[in-house]
Amino acid sequence: MKNERKISDVDIESVMGRLLITGVIISGALILFGGVYYLLEKGLSIPHYKTFVGEPSHLRSVKQIFKGVIHFDSLSIIQLGLLLLIATPISRVIFSVIGFFFEKDYLYVVISFIVLIIIAYSIFSVATG
Amino acid sequence: MTVLLFSLIVLAGSFLAGLVGALTGLGGGVIIIPMLTLLFGVDIHYAIGASLISVIATSSGAAAAYVKEGISNIRIGMFLEIATTLGAVGGAMIAVYAPTDTIAVIFGFVLVFSAVISLKKKNENLVQYSGGKLSQILKLNSSYPTEHGEISYAAHNVPGGFIMMAIAGLISGLLGIGSGALKVIAMDHFMKLPFKVSTTTSNFMIGVTAAASAGIYMQRGYINPGLSMPVVLGVITGAFLGSKILVKSKTKWLRVLFACIITFLAVQMIYNGLTGKI
Repeated sequence: MKNERKISDVDIESVMGRLLITGVIISGALILFGGVYYLLEKGLSIPHYKTFVGEPSHLRSVKQIFKGVIHFDSLSIIQLGLLLLIATPISRVIFSVIGFFFEKDYLYVVISFIVLIIIAYSIFSVATG
Repeated sequence: MTVLLFSLIVLAGSFLAGLVGALTGLGGGVIIIPMLTLLFGVDIHYAIGASLISVIATSSGAAAAYVKEGISNIRIGMFLEIATTLGAVGGAMIAVYAPTDTIAVIFGFVLVFSAVISLKKKNENLVQYSGGKLSQILKLNSSYPTEHGEISYAAHNVPGGFIMMAIAGLISGLLGIGSGALKVIAMDHFMKLPFKVSTTTSNFMIGVTAAASAGIYMQRGYINPGLSMPVVLGVITGAFLGSKILVKSKTKWLRVLFACIITFLAVQMIYNGLTGKI
């Protein structure tokens, strides 16, 4: 009994590890691509990060970011990569809910689900904006 | 300074931050924010946004390696994430009302506190076979591989650790850092987990905690793609290298390095916050 659970745990952990690496690589590639494109475009201009003005609305919501990516806007491509990076640990929590369910560890299905609801509360504000 | 030069320097600095962040389990954020604000004069709001994203990258990149090594404890991580995510959402909500100099001073004190606590007590390779009743119900007790074979450990003072984690989450959401130091304190000092289990599980949790407040930050326009790009790319590569080194290096050396860096940065942040330079 104890052995069976141990094997399941190792399975969950190894899939989780691959999930995290995949998320980081894909978002990293998007950010790198958008970044090189951005530097080629605006590399010789002067940055202005000294005072906070807030990002324009087209870089704040999921819908607007996708719109910018379709128009091949370099900053929108970077922002999409950043969005994917935020999604990576969230996908890990979603996977945990499923993994613990197959492991029949219902206590941890509930615990993972609570974490998911709390994060959903925060992400909901971006998705609808 | 042009965008190109600025991006390259920030990229190099972030690489170092990611490396040290992964080695100490505190995430890149505590180094990224002082670097951007003190060295480059970036507004602390942008620094917080970029840092928060980099913290997710550090955690995810390094956690992938730790998870495979079997050092981090996914049950302890998931259970305590209830506390950290709740705190993180609360902290992000408060952040909008806090002025920049106040944030800088709070930031400094959090760093000093982390440095003092991290040097106070050393319980390395603690072997205990029974924890409290709560840790048994929650199945928090486990074992981890060392060079002397598998070592069993148990979780103590679960409520204390949980409350400390909520505070860590609050600080993370407020300052845009992973607050890995506070997470390590909760697990190392309150719950009496072995140091390596604490640092790796902490690293594992940081991404989820930061993601919980990241949505709120992006909505508010704290996340600047032009600035975040070199920060994230530098941190990912640095953290990747750091996770390769961690398993081999000694924990005592880690603690001293950790304490020295953050004390230095803390003094700088408090001074600049009090004199209104941030």
